Amino acid sequence: MLQSTAGDAEPLVEMKNAGVRRGGRWLVRGVDLTVRRGEIVTLIGPNGSGKSTTVKAAIGVTAPDEGTVRRAPALKVGYVPQKVTIDWTLPLSVERLMRLTGPLERGEMEDALKAAGIAHLAGAEVQTLSGGEFQRALLARALVRKPDLLVLDEPVQGVDFSGEIALYQLIREIRDRTGCGILLISHDLHVVMAETDTVICLNGHVCCRGTPENVLKSPEYVRLFGARAGDTLAIYHHHHDHTHLPDGRVRLADGTVAEHHVHDHPEGAKEKHDAG
Amino acid sequence: MLDDFFTRAMVAGIGLALTVGPLGCFVVWRRMAYFGDTMAHSALLGVALAFLFQINLMAGVFIVATLASVALLFLQRRGALSTDALLGILSHSTLALGLVMVAFMSWIRIDLMGFLFGDILAVSRFDIAMIYGGGALVLGVLAWLWRPLLAATVNTEIAEAEGLRPERARFIFMLLMAAIIAIAMKIVGILLITSLLIIPAAAGRRFAATPEGMAIAASLAGVLAVVGGLSASLNFDTPSGPSIVVAALVLFLLSLVRLPERRGTGQTGETS
Repeated sequence: MLQSTAGDAEPLVEMKNAGVRRGGRWLVRGVDLTVRRGEIVTLIGPNGSGKSTTVKAAIGVTAPDEGTVRRAPALKVGYVPQKVTIDWTLPLSVERLMRLTGPLERGEMEDALKAAGIAHLAGAEVQTLSGGEFQRALLARALVRKPDLLVLDEPVQGVDFSGEIALYQLIREIRDRTGCGILLISHDLHVVMAETDTVICLNGHVCCRGTPENVLKSPEYVRLFGARAGDTLAIYHHHHDHTHLPDGRVRLADGTVAEHHVHDHPEGAKEKHDAG
Repeated sequence: MLDDFFTRAMVAGIGLALTVGPLGCFVVWRRMAYFGDTMAHSALLGVALAFLFQINLMAGVFIVATLASVALLFLQRRGALSTDALLGILSHSTLALGLVMVAFMSWIRIDLMGFLFGDILAVSRFDIAMIYGGGALVLGVLAWLWRPLLAATVNTEIAEAEGLRPERARFIFMLLMAAIIAIAMKIVGILLITSLLIIPAAAGRRFAATPEGMAIAASLAGVLAVVGGLSASLNFDTPSGPSIVVAALVLFLLSLVRLPERRGTGQTGETS
């Protein structure tokens, strides 16, 4: 076991010039990537730009066909893949999903579910969860193992806009509390950038990298996402005017509790996400 | 007690049902029904080869069923044809090859019907020993494999990332399938083995809240099907293997009947 107090120096995962090839085609090439303890690294890029492939190579789900991938010894990975479909015929409660890859103590499980904001769904069958609830359940499952490295492949898919912000804030809180490294994939930079330390922009290769502010300004990013992306995007700080209660009701800013609530997000604020 | 052929059949059938229940659940969860069918069909080729090389029948079936599954995995990786088409090719060509080979071997007389549809009323004490011994072994390995296999069933990538080696779990599961096909062939026959894997598991779904609960429910449903099917076979003089499958089907249909005030059954509800 590696017991180092100066964990910041030792990268959790380090890719050097890594590439993955499938069916005679390079899915992604020449990727250099490092994630350290307490760091949030975000991969962005269009569909088919090799984000998921890069992440899978980083954690050893697929082997790189060129370059090297080094992981810290006995690295504990918590992984939320892009697409998880569970056959309806498999009876699986959230609680059982939590214990999928290893036994757990009751307290640990409750803490993780609470941290993910779905403590009230512990007994629910996973097939009955909404998209956002299911993502939170997967996040809780990855969290409960107390991973050194948390890997999230588009964790906000199927989540509405305000839920998206809340999930990213949750991810940052996890980092702040546990000190783990986080490798994140996202479609859109502007929502994640407030929570991110390093951004790597992929399109079959690394286009640009740096702090979110620098990447937003870089010509490669603008070329990839269109000229409009650069100037309309600002770091999005969301102020919640209400809190969702476990029973589905809503507590408004003035402290009253309502059955429903009305969002007045501007038209078109929610961008469309394509799965895959 | 085992002197009576009917008692022997009952004991053998119950032993088999207990074993295939949990295995069948994985076949259903992993959507491997056609895959299991293909492995079972290849068993006839195993029978033919076992006669040709004069080796133990069960060993021949086990080896060929394993080879068929390995061949399929290999062809899948090549990616030239869809899995569906590959399964169709492998399934029927191995069955046809077996039938043709058996026809060429004019020096031996083979009870084809017995292999295709089973002959549970002819089980010997040795067969019963194989069923219980082999069954215990299969269930033991499955219990040991349970966590990685279930994790791989939910999501291969999670299992891989968290160090559970899903590829290995899948391969061992294939070996268990091949073993159970070799054991079950004599009882329900090659053409009906998959039904014994799938129908009790499907019938058990309704009554289970956990994967483990569904495995037990599938085993119990299988036992009920064997007892019901064999009794009916004795009373109405119907073929035993198909009678067991019909009994399992009746159980499955009963499980679809909508009970008042049950949650989460909406997706299958309309078929009842």
